[in-house]
Amino acid sequence: MEYGSRVLEICENPKNVGAFPKSAADVGTGVVGAPACGDVMKLQIKVGDDHVIEDAKFKTFGCGSAIASSSLVTEWVKGKTIDQALAIRNVDIATELALPPIKVHCSVLAEDAIKAAIFDHRRKQAGAAPTTAPEVAP
Amino acid sequence: MDNHSTTPVDPRVLARMLPFFSEDFGNAASRSHAFGWKAEAAVEAAREEIAKLIGATGREIVLTSGATESDNLALTGVTDFLASKGNHVITQQTEHKAVLDTCKALEKRGVAVTYLGVDKYGRVDPQAVADAITLRTVLVSVMLANNEVGTLQPIREIGALCRARGVLFHTDAAQGVGKIPFDVEAHNVDLASLSAHKMYGPKGVGALYVRRKNPRVRLTPIIHGGGHERGMRSGTLNVPAIVGFGEAAKIAGAEMPAESSRIQALRDKLARLITAELDQVQQNGHPVERLPGNLNLSFAYVEGEALMMAMRDVAVSSGSACTSASLEPSYVLRAMGVPDELTHASIRFGLGRFNVDEEVDHVARLVVAGVKKLRAMSPLYEMAQEGIDPASVAWGAP
Repeated sequence: MEYGSRVLEICENPKNVGAFPKSAADVGTGVVGAPACGDVMKLQIKVGDDHVIEDAKFKTFGCGSAIASSSLVTEWVKGKTIDQALAIRNVDIATELALPPIKVHCSVLAEDAIKAAIFDHRRKQAGAAPTTAPEVAP
Repeated sequence: MDNHSTTPVDPRVLARMLPFFSEDFGNAASRSHAFGWKAEAAVEAAREEIAKLIGATGREIVLTSGATESDNLALTGVTDFLASKGNHVITQQTEHKAVLDTCKALEKRGVAVTYLGVDKYGRVDPQAVADAITLRTVLVSVMLANNEVGTLQPIREIGALCRARGVLFHTDAAQGVGKIPFDVEAHNVDLASLSAHKMYGPKGVGALYVRRKNPRVRLTPIIHGGGHERGMRSGTLNVPAIVGFGEAAKIAGAEMPAESSRIQALRDKLARLITAELDQVQQNGHPVERLPGNLNLSFAYVEGEALMMAMRDVAVSSGSACTSASLEPSYVLRAMGVPDELTHASIRFGLGRFNVDEEVDHVARLVVAGVKKLRAMSPLYEMAQEGIDPASVAWGAP
């Protein structure tokens, strides 16, 4: 399949690859997908006291569209409040990357990853034990 | 390095073909003038070369549009012709779709089909074939060499037991012919599908070998018309392509021993260079009984399509679902029991006549760099480094 230029560009030079310590109180970690399906995304956000996402990192096992979707959302969530980040829809990602229909699930996974990371952060803030297990499946 | 998909036309083949597009454009079926005679002579010479490559006679070669048509003709034609004798076909799960989908179509017409499983190397057990034969079995179809993992099937043994039981034996030989020795007598084959474009000939032409004696195989045509190809396949012959097929067969027959050892050395070097630099690389297919140019590797924690992107100027293919229109991972690797996560991580390299040593070095470097880059961004690799086996995690359902 031919890739769109945005996907190629991001895959050549993905942004925000890496990891934060999972146990840190200001870090939310979302892991979505499954290896058997060929896609696993781990998205991490670092949230300030003002509920603004200061930084984001990802690691993704998946095709070019999955990598590009994850890289894109790490860029998008930075500087946004939690509520603004929750408003990101997979359609926005798919449109930005010009994903063909067969790759739209990659953008769905990226939206799920944001939500899972925010959920994890909220749980920590609420005083629950930090989690290392994946949260949400598509 | 995707020579299992197709091969470039050898320049010697192209040179032989060209005159048959222009000055020698006759219809091989025209009996009344020199244009037709010349075309017919060229077709017959090509037919002999194709036959010689597989130990057959020219009269046993039915020219078709390719191996897919040949598979369709063999399976449909034989089961139809022998419908009064029986209605059971035996095949195996890693066959090309040209065989599997034809079998599915036959099932809709009331033919019973047994799809035998394979071992972890992708080989079918001849004893399993013997055990599956019933009084209603009319045909066994097992490929010579697999197109994804390169595994060679024990067709000599299967052919012998089919002969002993009086059941016809068809083999899809498209991937093996011209690369490894194949002889319809030594291998006890009754029908064999061949393709020109897998052996440096043109696309759109192939053949079905149909045994003429001991036993004589008969089949019902699937394409009706002017009674060409002794009534088994009507349609004006594609003379330039057939001439090219003949030349490709001649070259393959003459150069096979030297070429296959050269390609195998390149293939082994590629595997060596990659595995020297990377751990957790699994080789798929049989370690020894495989096509000389085939290398199928799974790179744990790396998705195959992403790896192909990372080495974009190299043509390879992957068993990953993301590369198929259906989003299903390779059914061949699945049948061999390869876990889905390693199927998604698989890459098929197919080395061929025109690959050179420098390309192997170049590709190995790209693969190593690509895998390292993708592992650095793989959450599964990270888990494995932390001592968590991703296979032990309760992943959500898809």
